Amino acid sequence: MKNTDQKNPYLPYPGRIDAITIETEDQNLKTYRIILEKPEDMASWNHIPGQFAMLSLAGKGEIPIGIASSPTEKGHLLFTVNRAGVVTTALHKMDVGARIGIRGPLGNGFPVDEGLKGKNIVIIAGGFAFTTLRATLIYMLAHRQDYGKITVIYGARTPGMLLYKEELKAWSQRDDMEMFVTIDQDAPGWDGLVGFVPTIAGQVAPSPENSAALICGPPIMIKFTMPPLEKIGWTDDQVYLSLENRMKCGLGVCGHCNVGPVYVCKDGPVFTRAEVQKLPVEF
Amino acid sequence: METLFSQTTEAIRREAKDLLESGKVAAFLGFVKGSLPTVTRPFVARTPEETDKLVWNGLCVMNLANYLPGLLKSLEPPRRPGEPPPEGPLPRVGVIATGCWSRNMVIQIQENQMDRERLVILGVDSHGMIDRRKLEVLAGGREIQSLEETDERVIISGRDFKMETARQEVLRDNCLTCVHPSPVILDKKIGPTVPERRVHEPFARIEEIERMDAGSRWAWFQEEIATCIRCYACRNACPLCYCPTCFVDDSHPQWVGKSIDKTDTATFHILRAYHCAGRCTDCGACESACPMGIKMRLFTRKLQKDCLELFASEPGLDLNSPLPLTTYQPEDPDTFIIAGSKKQGTQGGSEK
Amino acid sequence: MKILKLDNSDLKTLLTRWNETRDLFSPVEGNGKVGWQRIEPLAFNEPAEGVPRASIKVFFFPQPETLLEYSTRSGDRDAYVPRPAMGKGRERIILGVRPCDARSVMLNSLPFANDPYFKVRKDTTLIVGFTCERPCSTCFCSWTGGSPMGTEGMDIAMTKIEGGYLAAVLSEKGKELLGHLHDTKEASPEERKQLEALRKQAQKGTGPAGSPAEILRKKALMDLYNATFWQKLADSCINCGACTFLCPTCYCFDIQDETVKGKGRRIRYWDSCMFPLFTQHASGHNPRGQKIQRVRNRFMHKLKYFPERFGPLSCVGCGRCIRECPVNIDIREVMRDLLSIQ
Repeated sequence: MKNTDQKNPYLPYPGRIDAITIETEDQNLKTYRIILEKPEDMASWNHIPGQFAMLSLAGKGEIPIGIASSPTEKGHLLFTVNRAGVVTTALHKMDVGARIGIRGPLGNGFPVDEGLKGKNIVIIAGGFAFTTLRATLIYMLAHRQDYGKITVIYGARTPGMLLYKEELKAWSQRDDMEMFVTIDQDAPGWDGLVGFVPTIAGQVAPSPENSAALICGPPIMIKFTMPPLEKIGWTDDQVYLSLENRMKCGLGVCGHCNVGPVYVCKDGPVFTRAEVQKLPVEF
Repeated sequence: METLFSQTTEAIRREAKDLLESGKVAAFLGFVKGSLPTVTRPFVARTPEETDKLVWNGLCVMNLANYLPGLLKSLEPPRRPGEPPPEGPLPRVGVIATGCWSRNMVIQIQENQMDRERLVILGVDSHGMIDRRKLEVLAGGREIQSLEETDERVIISGRDFKMETARQEVLRDNCLTCVHPSPVILDKKIGPTVPERRVHEPFARIEEIERMDAGSRWAWFQEEIATCIRCYACRNACPLCYCPTCFVDDSHPQWVGKSIDKTDTATFHILRAYHCAGRCTDCGACESACPMGIKMRLFTRKLQKDCLELFASEPGLDLNSPLPLTTYQPEDPDTFIIAGSKKQGTQGGSEK
Repeated sequence: MKILKLDNSDLKTLLTRWNETRDLFSPVEGNGKVGWQRIEPLAFNEPAEGVPRASIKVFFFPQPETLLEYSTRSGDRDAYVPRPAMGKGRERIILGVRPCDARSVMLNSLPFANDPYFKVRKDTTLIVGFTCERPCSTCFCSWTGGSPMGTEGMDIAMTKIEGGYLAAVLSEKGKELLGHLHDTKEASPEERKQLEALRKQAQKGTGPAGSPAEILRKKALMDLYNATFWQKLADSCINCGACTFLCPTCYCFDIQDETVKGKGRRIRYWDSCMFPLFTQHASGHNPRGQKIQRVRNRFMHKLKYFPERFGPLSCVGCGRCIRECPVNIDIREVMRDLLSIQ
């Protein structure tokens, strides 16, 4: 069967690595700029911030990675990849120009055009979970008039573990958003905030009125970020989370990522906290 | 009708109830009647009342030692990784043990999977357990809807048949060649003693396979595992297989393909057997668990024979004697590792 | 629905003709061989009572299925660019399929609705079913929405009667298969009545009242999830994949790349939610790290999650898991336990 007969959901778009940025001091996080090889694939590519794609390394396998670029950044895709398993380790060894397949976009993404429009937005991110929130932030800044106040709280263990350092600087200089970057413990040369993300969130989070929070980070960070928000009146339906279960098909079939009746890959990865609270704790 | 099994069942219920009532154990591991006539269900009784359901019969084929490390762990108070266990004795488990199961418990204790102090073992001499595949053959493909068992006979019946046979005819192959029916560690003996058995030619089938030429032997092996579906029931039923991540499941690195390619399936079965070398007690749980009727016990049986011949060792008979492959004696046979040497001229092929 | 009356020689003639352009498969048991095998037309025997040990999912969801192929020779112009691997192959006819197995194909086509590989397999496979005269004690198809006389998923449904078979023609392809017999062998009104009576008889099912799928869909998710009986199941379960792999409606899979000598392929192969690594993240974190979570997931998927998403249970009541579970975990008990939760 030729691929033109029907869209084969397992067939990735051929692409090439266009640029690689080492993001963190431990070199375990790299951002890959990917260009789809066929101009028509690249031109027709469209996604929603918060969606992910399968990075497909022929011979090694596939790995679901959140799309770090915003759909408003045309002509390429960005993926920030942590070296952990078989595929990501292989990817970390690849150079600019290498072939890579992209299967996607997959999942639902943040409701940037529906639920979030007209609201004050608080983006809370920890560690390398900032990636799809970067996409979201860029998208919102490109449609700045569609949203109210934008507040970003982002933390990492050390200054060297922060992602997108140049952009962080640029964002903190903007006057149409508020940016709080924090590290876990004080470090030489650091003149920013010091403290865990939940603590900072408790200090700077705005009132919940007409607001939504988008939180991505390790489960422990999410757990401790909720009480300070709840204290000032935030409710579970205002909080959006992105789950990260193991995925294989990305199509809601293979069964690896289910949390109760929902498939993280298809029904998610973005859920409101209210939705998550109704599910078994299998994430 | 009163049988040895029904008497033993009564005694087990009594003892298990007493252990739970007195608080000597937190749980008792045994069997209950299954929903089908030819199977029993391993069961954890946590209250004295639940012990009324326990049974003992020739269908108790799953090796209870398999459940012990996990069950003991689940009864410990929760603690973080690395945190030491709380002061004082940890909750104990009561369990039934036959000869082979008790030997597996010895091995688990020797391999630091559990503490002897946390077990209360009710020892039962095994009269041999029934092979339900043999019953199926006997029934000629007709569905067995009921089974009766006396000390010497087994009676099966279905919609339009009733058949009776000697137990001996439908015992599992491993039970037929078993020479150690009595438990080697126990806290209380239940039921009558079965004398140590003398088995004529215990390795007859293995010797038959050994006599095949390499090609026929390989063909036999391939044919035996041809229907394997890689469900790992054999591995999971085995008390020796307790690795947190089995080599077949590991994907980083990946040692073996995960589908049913012939080579991958063969690799699984060969490595599984070799991981059991010098440890297998021939309890037969692997074969009893296999949904496809594969006789993978023959692979471990061969290694058992080798261990007996090479090291005069039968594993798990004594808590104080080390397992043959975890210890070294200068006089250990080494013909199989020294280049150029031949064992009775049959192992050659490496000489140049 | 057209019903034909075929005698044994009609059947033999048909099989011989079908075999000219298609491959015939039927269950083969005995001599240590278990499963579905290619057969010669005259070697076909009416299937034994009950279901064969292996289900027919292997025809639609092969173990493994090659999804994509690619070259791994870096010199090749399209090195590392995968292309779909999808050969149509000859049409196949599976003979002697029981109603439960035939129905499983319909159920699996719900999650695989957009799967081109499943679709090709389905389009090129015909099912000649044999209804059940005498269900086994482990059969419970009527609990799950099926029936011993069910025809769902079949192209032709054969029912044994005195002196031959009544063949119900259920699809265009089924009609084509019957050729000229389709117009010459029509069953008599008496024979049609006989079939109707057998169907009515089969509806007198045992088991729980009402439709379990409907009842379970309506029950609160977390009430079922938090039921106490799961612990008892986990106590007995050894966490193998026998139930999953024998089950006609378990369809979880994993995807992996394999490369040999410059050629690579991406395959999907059967996986089981009973295996600990099924859900384990590369970080080591495991959302279903405990056995009780995995046992529960398998049953909840079949009896609650799947019905919520698609309607019916993901179970056809074939009873294979009940018969082959080494520790006698019985899905009928699980269903009863779930249904009894208020």
